[in-house]
Amino acid sequence: MSDAARSIALMVNGTAMSVAPGTTVAAAVLMAGAPTRRSVTGEPRGPLCGMGICFECRVTIDGVPHQRSCQILCAPGMSVSTAGLPTS
Amino acid sequence: MRDSFDILVAGAGPAGMAAAVSAAAAGRRIGLVDDNPAAGGQIWRSGGELPGDARRWIASLEASGVVRLQGWRVFDAPRPGVLHAERGDGECAELGYKSLILATGARERFLPFPGWTLPNVMGAGGLDAMVRGGVPIAEKRVVVAGTGPLLLAVAAHLKRHGARIVAVCDQAPWSRLLRFGARLLTEPAKLRQGVEYRMAIRGARYLTGCWIVAAHGHDRLESVTLRQGNKQWNVPCDFVGCGFHLVPNIELPALLGCRVDHGFVSVDENMQTSIPGVYCAGEPTGIGGVELAVLEGRIAGLAAAGRPEEARKLARRRRGKLGFVGALEQACALDPQLRSLPTGDTRVCRCEDVRFVTLHGHSTWRDAKLQTRCGMGPCQGRICGPATEFLFGWRVESVRPPIFPALVSSLGSAFESDGPHPNSAPEGAFPTFAKETP
Repeated sequence: MSDAARSIALMVNGTAMSVAPGTTVAAAVLMAGAPTRRSVTGEPRGPLCGMGICFECRVTIDGVPHQRSCQILCAPGMSVSTAGLPTS
Repeated sequence: MRDSFDILVAGAGPAGMAAAVSAAAAGRRIGLVDDNPAAGGQIWRSGGELPGDARRWIASLEASGVVRLQGWRVFDAPRPGVLHAERGDGECAELGYKSLILATGARERFLPFPGWTLPNVMGAGGLDAMVRGGVPIAEKRVVVAGTGPLLLAVAAHLKRHGARIVAVCDQAPWSRLLRFGARLLTEPAKLRQGVEYRMAIRGARYLTGCWIVAAHGHDRLESVTLRQGNKQWNVPCDFVGCGFHLVPNIELPALLGCRVDHGFVSVDENMQTSIPGVYCAGEPTGIGGVELAVLEGRIAGLAAAGRPEEARKLARRRRGKLGFVGALEQACALDPQLRSLPTGDTRVCRCEDVRFVTLHGHSTWRDAKLQTRCGMGPCQGRICGPATEFLFGWRVESVRPPIFPALVSSLGSAFESDGPHPNSAPEGAFPTFAKETP
């Protein structure tokens, strides 16, 4: 099977992208160039610990907020949105 | 969801996998619950190449018949013999056990410096995990900093993925790292690995007694300022991996009431904690690395499965390896100058954006929590707690459920069947609502 056939298509902040199997949602968001969240005083933030402990990587996945994106693998058709940016 | 096990293992890193596999050989019902998408923990995180040991343990686990609960996060221990866990989709599980093996691992210690909250500034292990999770690192300029043997391992791994390692900075002075290197002569495998890592990143600057004093950038990282002695200079980079050695994850052991001594879980020769039938293995008993974690996991698994003779043989081997724990701690001792890294405006608590200046004048962790909301966000002080311990000498106290944020529906299902939580305040301490009796 070709790499293209094995890649996973998802939406990040309304933009379609495709990633390799095994890619975390946090990695997809980083590749899309978006911060994962805004802090309580409005600073852009990205992942820190990479292991589900710091909660900096929280995003909304398929409408469910506060998902730790570094612990979740991308799945076909997933829709991800990050704080302060419109949902697709 | 409800299930129950003869032996339940919490954490599927090296110690947890070894514990589950060793216990399973005795033909009992074994459960392995873990927060990550796949087994391996952090050091053997899936994605990219894994060492032979990791592949062998993962294969053994797959062949073992152990019931695997991957992607479940334990958030409460409402009564003896029961854990509550939640999955990302909100599903809640009640997991019963006769014996419990805690293999909860460790996390990186982070120290705040100006700019450490910028996107693309991560932990050293954090950056490594993100690359294993698919972040493209080829041709990216990377500074790896902090302290501990993890730095070289991460730098070597990122280099293999095509990263341009600009510098590796360990805060420890050269003399101390040399002493640690000499200590490794008694651990030839570790020494060989260290040399291999160093060779893998030859060409990159390896700086000792050196640390990041500030990270710069607008919406994301653009450069860092490094300091070594009196010298200070700026280095453009795309990513920073910065972690100051490891701190153990002892929230679950502490919630269960296991005795904790100087920040680590106390265990006997069988890895049993102060609570009979509850064992602990790996980094929560002392930061000793993957080899010791596997050994401790095997001892705990055999002891919990009622095979004391075999456990005793391994316990003798463990005793010979405990010296490495102290040597590692000494090598990673933090330079007091790192306390002056944060400026008044530097965020110390990232969840609640509590600034360094706000924390001055508070005498304890509890006082700071109550007055400033430091440590009151979703990470529950896992990041800022170890930082404030170093900065102010505060001890993080009072672990209470839920030990991770959980959905109200999960808490609801937890409390309905159980009555008052054993750790909850005595009756009358707070006004309570009348409860209908069936």
